[in-house]
Amino acid sequence: MNKTFLIFKHEFLSTIKRVGFIILTFALLVLALLGIGIFHITSGIAKPSAEITKIGYVDETGSFSQSTTEGNIIFVHFDNSNAATQALVKKDITEFFVIPQDYISKGLIERYTMQKEVTPPAATTNAVKNFVTSNLLAGRISETVIKRIEAPLNLVTITLTLTGAVASKQGGLINLIIPGIFSFLLAFSLSFSSAYVLQGLGEEKESRLMEILLSSVSTRQLIVGKVLGIGAAGLVQVVIWVISIRFLLNLASSSIGGIISMIKIPANFWVFGVVYFILGYSLFAVLSVSVAAITSTVREAQGFAGLFMLFSIAPFWFYSLLMLFPNNPIWIIFSIFPFSAPVLVMLRLGMTGVPAWQLIASMAAIILSIVGGLLLAAKLLRTYILMYGKRPTLREIIRNLKRE
Amino acid sequence: MNAVEVKNIVKSYTDKVAVNDLSFLVSGNEIFGLIGPNGAGKTTTIRMMMDIIKPDSGKINILGEKLSEASKNKLGYLPEERGLYKKLTVIDSIIYLASLKGMDRRMAKERAEELLKKTGMLANRDKKIEELSRGMGQIIQFIVTIIHDPQLVILDEAFSGLDPVNTELLKGLIVDLRNQGKAIILSTHQMNQVEELCDRILMIDNGHAVLYGNLKEIKSNYKSNSVILDFEGELGQQVPGVAEKRVSKDYIELILDGSATPKQILERLVNAGITINRFEVVIPSLNEIFLKVVGKNHE
Repeated sequence: MNKTFLIFKHEFLSTIKRVGFIILTFALLVLALLGIGIFHITSGIAKPSAEITKIGYVDETGSFSQSTTEGNIIFVHFDNSNAATQALVKKDITEFFVIPQDYISKGLIERYTMQKEVTPPAATTNAVKNFVTSNLLAGRISETVIKRIEAPLNLVTITLTLTGAVASKQGGLINLIIPGIFSFLLAFSLSFSSAYVLQGLGEEKESRLMEILLSSVSTRQLIVGKVLGIGAAGLVQVVIWVISIRFLLNLASSSIGGIISMIKIPANFWVFGVVYFILGYSLFAVLSVSVAAITSTVREAQGFAGLFMLFSIAPFWFYSLLMLFPNNPIWIIFSIFPFSAPVLVMLRLGMTGVPAWQLIASMAAIILSIVGGLLLAAKLLRTYILMYGKRPTLREIIRNLKRE
Repeated sequence: MNAVEVKNIVKSYTDKVAVNDLSFLVSGNEIFGLIGPNGAGKTTTIRMMMDIIKPDSGKINILGEKLSEASKNKLGYLPEERGLYKKLTVIDSIIYLASLKGMDRRMAKERAEELLKKTGMLANRDKKIEELSRGMGQIIQFIVTIIHDPQLVILDEAFSGLDPVNTELLKGLIVDLRNQGKAIILSTHQMNQVEELCDRILMIDNGHAVLYGNLKEIKSNYKSNSVILDFEGELGQQVPGVAEKRVSKDYIELILDGSATPKQILERLVNAGITINRFEVVIPSLNEIFLKVVGKNHE
């Protein structure tokens, strides 16, 4: 069997068996399923009861006698507060309210209840509001208009393109959530995958296994097998996320509905997600190899791994600014800067349309950096992979690179 | 066919020349000692032989050809700086590293169990490497080095850190390999191990060969012009052919003046009626030769 493939297989299997990898891969799926489950349980508990609720009222104005049924709530008339209080104590009614004589001029209604509450329940408030509105307008305008006054607005926003056509992506802020979550996960996956490369090589160097490996395989076979093996595991992780998110969206949309059903993520977003993972990972992995070559211990190498995390996470520090001005020139520059491009472009793709030239420029910049990184890594590996002890200074590295 | 042919190799780093115009041969079916002080260039030479680093110039043939991926499978290498995957089990470590030498998994597993049994390590088959002692780890590394039945085995400081029991175990395994027709290169500081095991040696210092050839011949070349004598009777003030007498607790060392051979001295002593309990031509140990040669270069 090809030795590169053997190393690939070993690294792939070792990575997917890591506890951290398994948790990161399935945490989103498990948490989201848990969230949907909890929603259903709590909404089942909080669902309005089919039982009829009786709310008493005392009308001192003498003009509130219409629309005494609002859904499951029946408004029961009492002549005075004492009679209503008696009924409340006997639990014939759940609560009562008093419409005073000067209600029209002051708008004040007193509510009496035996429940301890921070605010009145929304269902009760709505029912009382509709009862009052219906009675105030009864006989003056039609029933249909009264119903419209009670629920006057169902706002649907349609985004147009610069040509006036309906944009393919609709939905506003809610549509930022999924790309945001995906980009965050992408940043983690990039950081963790490149850290695994760094840690793997660091451990092999620190435990002095490197020389045994190099007596069986070439440096190229070792690095290619390792980088591709860990990268493939990272890719599996990203693909699982893409499938999970799409599955969860469908599940949440059909079972929860509401605002979630408005989330529409175009298919090309996911394609770009996979492409930017491959490019971003390749760049960070190549840099990890260079770092592992010049450092002697895993601890020392991990210090450098923090830099990758920094580049990946940095776009989130400016998330609110990014949301407000997604096409600001500064973001365009950082979308082409190879280290920040993968995560930043994915974030911007979720917020706005990223022009094709920016996508091409960012991918080209990353690919060029990968090629440059590969040349650097190859030279550093040849010189430093079997050097233990003191880390070479930048000056020594430059001198040796020139000599190579 | 020679197992190793090294011709005029040179390797220099930024600040020093590590190996300078070094040439030697290692034939099959021999234990070859590669010795020298720290920093002499032994490990650099081995790494060039293993194609881990490239020489600046010169030529290296291993098993009759330039080292390739296929010929790497015929080599076993136990480096001085060595380790294994700490989190893997003993059997998984051996199988993975054997597979990188071209063995299929089933064969590797069978052979690993056979060698674990032979070295008394079978009970540790499923232990993680990090649970083993240092000596046990070295035995596992030795198993990894020879599991694929290599034609050439290179052992760099194979005995360092081993207890006497494991040292004897390893020596036995090395002699077995030689008896099976393998070529073995033993790089070490421990001269007693070289004297005990090696057929030929190469001593290098500052990247140069300073001694090379059959161990017995080298020692013979370095024999001093003196004999050790343990006797009964009166030796007398003057023994013809003896320039100086050095008295020790249990014997006298006679320094010869060059006019007589040790055999002639023995005959003269017998003829003089002296009872001789011990008569021995003084041959220096390899350690003494090492100190003499390397010490001279470092004066």
